[in-house]
Amino acid sequence: MKTLNFRLILFIFALIFGVVFSIPSLTQSQSGKKITLGLDLQGGLHMLLGIKTDVAIESRIKSMAASIKYLFDDEDIIFDNLRIEDGKRITFELLDSDDVPKAKALLKKELEGIKIEPNGLKFTVEMTPEEVARTKKNAISQAVDTIRTRLDAFGLAEPTVAKQGEDKILVEVPGIKTQEDEQRIRELIARAAHLQLMAVDEDRNSRVETMSPQEARSYGDVILEDVNHPRKYLLHGIQILDGSMLTDAKVGFDQNNQPVINFTLNGQGAKIFGDFTGKNVGKRMAVVLDNKVYSAPVINERIGGGRVQISGNFKLDEAHDLAIALRSGALLAPVYVMEKRSVGPSLGADNIKASLMALIFGFVLVVLFMVLYYGVAGVIADIALIGNLFLILAIMSLFGATLTLPGMAGIVLTVGMAVDANVIINERIRELLHEGKSVAKAIEEGYDKAFTAILDANVTTLIAAVVLWAYGTGPLKGFALTMGIGILASMLTAIVGTHGIYQWLLPKIDRKRLGFWFGIKTEGKK
Amino acid sequence: MEIFKYDKPIPFMRYAKRFGLLSIVLVLLSLGLIFTKGFNYGLDFAGGTLVQVHYDKKAPIDEIRKAIAKDKNYENASVTYFGNENEIIIRTKNSSKSLGKDMGDTIRELIKDTGNFEIRRVDMVGAKVGSELREKGIMSLVLAILGILIYVSFRFEWRFAVASVLALVHDVTIAMGAVVLFGIEVNLDTLAALLTILGYSLNDTIIVFDRIREGIQISKKSDLAEIIDESVTQTLSRTTLTSLTTFFVVLTLFLFGGEIIRGFSFTLLVGVVVGTYSSIFVASPILMWLGFSVKEYRLKQAEKLKREKEKEKMRAQYESGTL
Repeated sequence: MKTLNFRLILFIFALIFGVVFSIPSLTQSQSGKKITLGLDLQGGLHMLLGIKTDVAIESRIKSMAASIKYLFDDEDIIFDNLRIEDGKRITFELLDSDDVPKAKALLKKELEGIKIEPNGLKFTVEMTPEEVARTKKNAISQAVDTIRTRLDAFGLAEPTVAKQGEDKILVEVPGIKTQEDEQRIRELIARAAHLQLMAVDEDRNSRVETMSPQEARSYGDVILEDVNHPRKYLLHGIQILDGSMLTDAKVGFDQNNQPVINFTLNGQGAKIFGDFTGKNVGKRMAVVLDNKVYSAPVINERIGGGRVQISGNFKLDEAHDLAIALRSGALLAPVYVMEKRSVGPSLGADNIKASLMALIFGFVLVVLFMVLYYGVAGVIADIALIGNLFLILAIMSLFGATLTLPGMAGIVLTVGMAVDANVIINERIRELLHEGKSVAKAIEEGYDKAFTAILDANVTTLIAAVVLWAYGTGPLKGFALTMGIGILASMLTAIVGTHGIYQWLLPKIDRKRLGFWFGIKTEGKK
Repeated sequence: MEIFKYDKPIPFMRYAKRFGLLSIVLVLLSLGLIFTKGFNYGLDFAGGTLVQVHYDKKAPIDEIRKAIAKDKNYENASVTYFGNENEIIIRTKNSSKSLGKDMGDTIRELIKDTGNFEIRRVDMVGAKVGSELREKGIMSLVLAILGILIYVSFRFEWRFAVASVLALVHDVTIAMGAVVLFGIEVNLDTLAALLTILGYSLNDTIIVFDRIREGIQISKKSDLAEIIDESVTQTLSRTTLTSLTTFFVVLTLFLFGGEIIRGFSFTLLVGVVVGTYSSIFVASPILMWLGFSVKEYRLKQAEKLKREKEKEKMRAQYESGTL
């Protein structure tokens, strides 16, 4: 037998590479790089979230307006009619024309990214387009971070949170057991978690049930509802402090063994809280979360140390999720669902079973057919096919690629298409043998002539796969990926690998036993 | 084993006109179906919500319908069996933006008294995402065809490229016609199937074309129809075998791959059959009808060869210092 040739050596290396790197995926071992199963195979939640960035702009404008008021009061600049128009413009009028240059300089110095348009004493302040874009971008990346923190804290295996396109967020959470759990996760993600401590307007609160929101606003107050009871509160519009001064939030239990959330304020927050409670003994303070009043206890004494409790007839799960949301901070802009796909674990298992069955059936069918039709040449093609499967698995494992249901279909299809190269080659070899060429010549020429056809055919299929990969979303990408890898791998196994095996076996191939070797009867030259 | 043994060319091109007519009729019928009946757009492209529920015994479909109809939002919901009688699918055109309680949760509550069940899948696609996916889908089909057109003209000749792309359009149109005819839901995976057909059918066509290209270069004949007959007959064995293996593989996907990829495998099944037919009977005649001339091609090739030789000569002269 001829010594090993370079094609065979290359193929053997590829085979070893394929087997070694697909082992972690096949055994699902803990260590080593392996293929992750797509959500459609292992079950889980996939969501594409949109984000209302306009809300982030609006709240930015609101805080700018508050700053302007604070700055002008501080510098004794007299002004009037401070208003926010359309949620994106601040307008005000100065009363003294001598203040105009001073006000301009002050605004320029203290506020970033604004455009000031004075018109006599009337001022319009807007955010620059760059600042608007920056704020929006910031809101998105903040949302991505916040959602990731929350999901990590929830304790699920490997959730994915990523920005997609300009203004979308992709969330993927594998391993959710029940629909109830899924709903909890969705609620946790959506939670704005905007915590405020607000003072009750005790002078007018008795009339709150009949008061209109307009009237409340005229006092600088807001009306908010209680979360558990059909009850309203009249609160001072300017909050005492908000969740940005919170350092920790934990679930605890009160004296009745009811779950509560204990949170701790940072130094500044603790000071403000201490001062406020000291000055307002006997009055009520409301704990407001996402514009709902959770509790409004009477202040009995000055509370130092910055420890506050939220109680609201929580269930334990609810308190746990709320604490996570509070710790991770508020969402600057609310998110909404654009696309959602959730697959239960049992359906995922069914999908694996069905696609594996199709893969095995298809594979066995093709393998048997090749042996029956081509004899040893078919066996050689089958070896290449098995090598191809291992290579696909190995390459996907190394990239940590995700295997989806359409991806499985892609592999099944590759099985059908990978043997195509060998069919083309074998047919060519047969033709040449019929023409009476020697075995060695028939093999060399067969490979030579078949090559352009296989190359052109594979490149065109690859074009379709690449387009699908670039334009496809989610599971489709998986299909294109396995097909693309399959085609490339088949170039190595089906062309180089089988060629190497032929060259190695060549001295053994008997011209008189072509039926055994190539599945044909021939008398040679006609 | 050997089924097809090359003996003498089968005169395929003698029947080219008849097959051409058949193809035109099929394409027109498909177009008619597509434009009158239209696609049954599934969730991915139309938007809406789909809930798949698995019962531990036969699903009480009438009770489920009644239970769901209690909520005004779900009046137009459709409830159908899915794969087997324990499994049902509830579809509505609505979708909710809320992250909190969504339509899956509402439906879970509505049907809670209909027996022991498990919600196995909730898919929801907003209208905006649906239209985006549709645009991307059309774009990917167009781009794939363009890329293929460019590659084939580069590797062969423009008439080959046009012929192969016309054959592709033929295949995809007929496959889409079948999808409409059988009311298969059009989703992202159907699109993947169409793109696969594109690649697959082109595979077949290219292999025949490769043989024709070779035939033009080495055959003693100079009549294109004869060369085509020769080449198609020579590749017939390969075309049929590969089509058969692929067909069987797709058939196993169709039979055992589960309900979810049934639309995908059905489209592929049609595509494999049509793709094989077109690469034998459609692509090559188009080459003929486009006025491809063997003589001209040979002349051009010869000239190209001459020019290259001259270049080499010049280079050799230059290198030896005689120029």
